[in-house]
Amino acid sequence: MAEILHYTFIQNALLAAIMVSIISGVIGSLVLVNRMTFLTGGIAHSSYGGIGMAIYFGLPIFLGASVFAIFSAILIAFISFKERHRLDIFIGLVWAVGMAIGVLFVDLTPGYNVDLMSYLFGSILAVSREDLLFMTILLIATLLFVHRYYREILAVSYDSEYASLRGINAKLFFTLILIFSALAVVVAIKVVGLILVIALMSIPTYIAEQVSNSLYKMMFIAALLSTLFTLIGLILSYNFDLSSGASIILTAASSLLLFIIVRKIVS
Amino acid sequence: MKKSNRELLLEVKDLSFKYDKESVLEDINFQLYRGDFFTITGPNGGGKSTLIKLILGLLPLQKGEIHKNSIIKDPLEIGYVPQNTNINLEFPISVLDVVMMGNGKKHNSIKSFFKIGYSQMEIECAKQSLARVGMQEYLHSKISNLSGGQRQRVMIARAICSHPHLLILDEPTSSIDMQGQKEIYRLLKELNKDITILVVTHDLTVISHYANRVLYVNHSGYLHNLHDKRFRVDDNNHFCEVELMEILGAQNG
Repeated sequence: MAEILHYTFIQNALLAAIMVSIISGVIGSLVLVNRMTFLTGGIAHSSYGGIGMAIYFGLPIFLGASVFAIFSAILIAFISFKERHRLDIFIGLVWAVGMAIGVLFVDLTPGYNVDLMSYLFGSILAVSREDLLFMTILLIATLLFVHRYYREILAVSYDSEYASLRGINAKLFFTLILIFSALAVVVAIKVVGLILVIALMSIPTYIAEQVSNSLYKMMFIAALLSTLFTLIGLILSYNFDLSSGASIILTAASSLLLFIIVRKIVS
Repeated sequence: MKKSNRELLLEVKDLSFKYDKESVLEDINFQLYRGDFFTITGPNGGGKSTLIKLILGLLPLQKGEIHKNSIIKDPLEIGYVPQNTNINLEFPISVLDVVMMGNGKKHNSIKSFFKIGYSQMEIECAKQSLARVGMQEYLHSKISNLSGGQRQRVMIARAICSHPHLLILDEPTSSIDMQGQKEIYRLLKELNKDITILVVTHDLTVISHYANRVLYVNHSGYLHNLHDKRFRVDDNNHFCEVELMEILGAQNG
């Protein structure tokens, strides 16, 4: 087992797994407490539109996916302010239209046979130096954002009306949280793929929420659990020659099941 | 309690409000004086919460005026306990975190950027307001582990954390058991010694025991000055629960 750690692509994969886990633990916690899971699902799938366009125009995939995901996040934030009660329909639209745009642009790209599966289910062993750089920048930005605006984020997430009475711009923070979740989704696509990203962002955070008495602890525990699940999933996928994304998600899901059973027995 | 020599805190003049085309409030007029225990009552959907949100500035003014005394111009000078504080129960948040929310934003400075958590001064302040509502032992409890009545006390502690002149509560006892309700109102009576209180409630016992003035809101408003006289023959043909209560109260007592 130890000798595989000498390969650069394995080192990159492990680094990516850890950074993405921390990002998705922190941002996933914000998504969960703000009940934005479905919104984030919409953003995740629509970001395929950005992937398709990046392939067509020959741009870096991360750049295309990020710009497209941020655009979807702002659109969804805007819709949720204007049409709160019909939000589900519009999210479904953003979800499907984004993917359709992606598929069409890949079709239009001459002589390019993209491996759609690698975006849907992740390709962690193909993490490049550019990917790692992007992840590092996002990790630092996420931690700075949460650290600097912890109080505002907490107030807006818990009771946005009260937060606005105390002079906090609730809409701005709601939008910022969505933008960060869009970017978190984009980096997590590399590790588990855009279909499984919601599970990675919600399983560890759900367990963390149950055992935490503060948002800060929840983020910390979620990041830790997420890292654990991702690494165990990777080891399993290596040993049994399985898809890495699916192994990570099933590791997380079985841990959740175990957590629920243990909690039932204890209480 | 002659209102003429008491300081005017808030004056609402000819206030009307519509959601789309549906009129919710029509020509509401009342004055709030310093030291009042003022209640707003009336049927559900009659516009009580809308009126409160207009006063707080959560809804934009459409027609009419709301004049605030300069001592309550700063939003921190008005404490607010919203309706339905039982939502978001799973949220991982401690009593301390909730109370600190009453103080607003963190001060912006290089020094504060590197600080994690609250300053000793802020924690002392939160402890003081929790002590006033009798919840000081629960500083680090998770909010979901408290009972409805305890949670409501924490919400009151949050509202008084910034030492406001006016405390506004929207149906503070709607989801609490009888004993808890009594305790909340006893607490409000105590706070009323130095804070003006404006409370939305359906509870007629509260109105008869604690309030000095009642505004009945059912789209339009009707102001009652309690304790001025036990029962008054009405000049506008107005008759609501408040008159009924006065008649019954006069017969019983």
